[in-house]
Amino acid sequence: MAGKTYEEINAKIRRGEAVVVTANEVIDIARDIGVKKAAEKIDVVTTGTFGIMCSSGAFLNFWHTKPKMKMQHIWLDDVPAYGGVAAVDCYLGATELPAGDPGNAHYPGHFRHGGGHVIEALVAGRPVHLRADAYGTDCYPRRSYEQTLTLADIRQAFLFSPRNCYQNYNVATNCSDRTVYTYMGVLKPHMGNVHYSSAGQLSPLLNDPYYRTIGIGTHIFLGGGEGFVAWPGTQHAPDDPRNARGIPLGGAGTLAVIGDLKQMDARFVRGVSLTGYGVSLMIGIGIPIPILDEEALYYTTVTDVEISAPLCDYGPDGYPTGEPCTLGYVTMAELKSGEIEFEGRRIRTAPLSSYSKAVEIAETLKGWIAAGRFTLGQPSRLLPTDEKFSGGCA
Amino acid sequence: MADTITKSVSLRYSPELVDAPIIYHLVRDYHLIPNIIRASISPNKEGYTLLSLTGAEEDFRKAIVYLQGLNMVVEQLADKVSWDELRCTQCGACTAVCPSGALSVQRPEMTIRFDGTKCVVCHMCIEACPVDAVKLDF
Repeated sequence: MAGKTYEEINAKIRRGEAVVVTANEVIDIARDIGVKKAAEKIDVVTTGTFGIMCSSGAFLNFWHTKPKMKMQHIWLDDVPAYGGVAAVDCYLGATELPAGDPGNAHYPGHFRHGGGHVIEALVAGRPVHLRADAYGTDCYPRRSYEQTLTLADIRQAFLFSPRNCYQNYNVATNCSDRTVYTYMGVLKPHMGNVHYSSAGQLSPLLNDPYYRTIGIGTHIFLGGGEGFVAWPGTQHAPDDPRNARGIPLGGAGTLAVIGDLKQMDARFVRGVSLTGYGVSLMIGIGIPIPILDEEALYYTTVTDVEISAPLCDYGPDGYPTGEPCTLGYVTMAELKSGEIEFEGRRIRTAPLSSYSKAVEIAETLKGWIAAGRFTLGQPSRLLPTDEKFSGGCA
Repeated sequence: MADTITKSVSLRYSPELVDAPIIYHLVRDYHLIPNIIRASISPNKEGYTLLSLTGAEEDFRKAIVYLQGLNMVVEQLADKVSWDELRCTQCGACTAVCPSGALSVQRPEMTIRFDGTKCVVCHMCIEACPVDAVKLDF
């Protein structure tokens, strides 16, 4: 087929004529009519994922107080925000804990409140208490400020996450003799359970594994509002080994994403507490894949059977040591069934990401595009596919 | 016996306590009737026991002091767990740790279902839920 362009697809979207399906629906369509015909018929395939995404946070600007102040230390509901940006700008990180949080002093700690919860509260429109101090300057004399405010009172607020939307991810178990409390949840001893976090065949970067359509400027569903891909995410590792379908066998690609917090919906932006670990943010992301050609469509037809992820030991002798901890590979289809078989044993699995929310996101995005209210963003640079990233502490 | 009570208790203990005849002492010294709901015990390994204890309130209190004196992590459990469907993000983190199948994933839609009649109030879901959607009703 002759390829389609972004402009052509966007023109169809604006006319309300675009054919949009989800990454689940495209599988059956391509099976029925073939990849070639499906690629001619379909303009956009929507994806979705909803899970805990560390390396999330928000930039906030409070506008100037009277008299003016260069806020040095800033707290929102007692959670410190980084103020070393400018006078009244700050960055609130999802994993930040309130001052005085006991951490794991009483192991395992509960971590009921933190940066992720404050971001959720802001998005939900709930009041948040701002407190700031400063040393005072000739131009910014004020030394302290306290105010209860809501998101509507904050001048600019945008989510800017350096690393979200991992392409694939470790599957966690625990080979040790004791329960471990990890960012992958509570893992019982002797491989008592297996946790995973991926939307599988619906997951954005698994539907365009070589980032042929995803890059800087890609227009996305972010937290219930509209956002953009801003940059390759931190720890982006496109050179991870891949299977014959192009699916990476490790985390591989990541995205730095940006979007207006004021547009978001708290159903898709949730603070989370991970017992014994800390706090973070659950966020929903959906990416539309433009069907520019047959190859683009072929990649969107990936199924859970074709997606494998490394089963890793998160016990004290595994993942924490920094040494290789992969025990083997399991498919997303097995994981989603509720049980995997490993070395002759059947082990119960549980997701940490919400598949039903991922479906809701892909459906919502499909609705937006079909209604003509959301057009595609043509990336000005695609994500790197072959760069070797080096550097790191030992 | 008007003052007879039944309460659920979870015990976590280090390997050196695994071989101790603790249930025997609960029966003989504190006249309690134990009903073990779930146990995960093996020699030289961490132990976890979830049990309900029936007996006189005074004896129950003394038994808890005895268990705590052994350096066990003793948690008295609430009578009921409630699940807040609106707070739940439908992730499923609770489902692999739930021992009774009270919290389960409905397939293929992958939504979470809570069946209170199956719940043994073990608290595992409270630890596992990242968004505080399961709560204890005292």
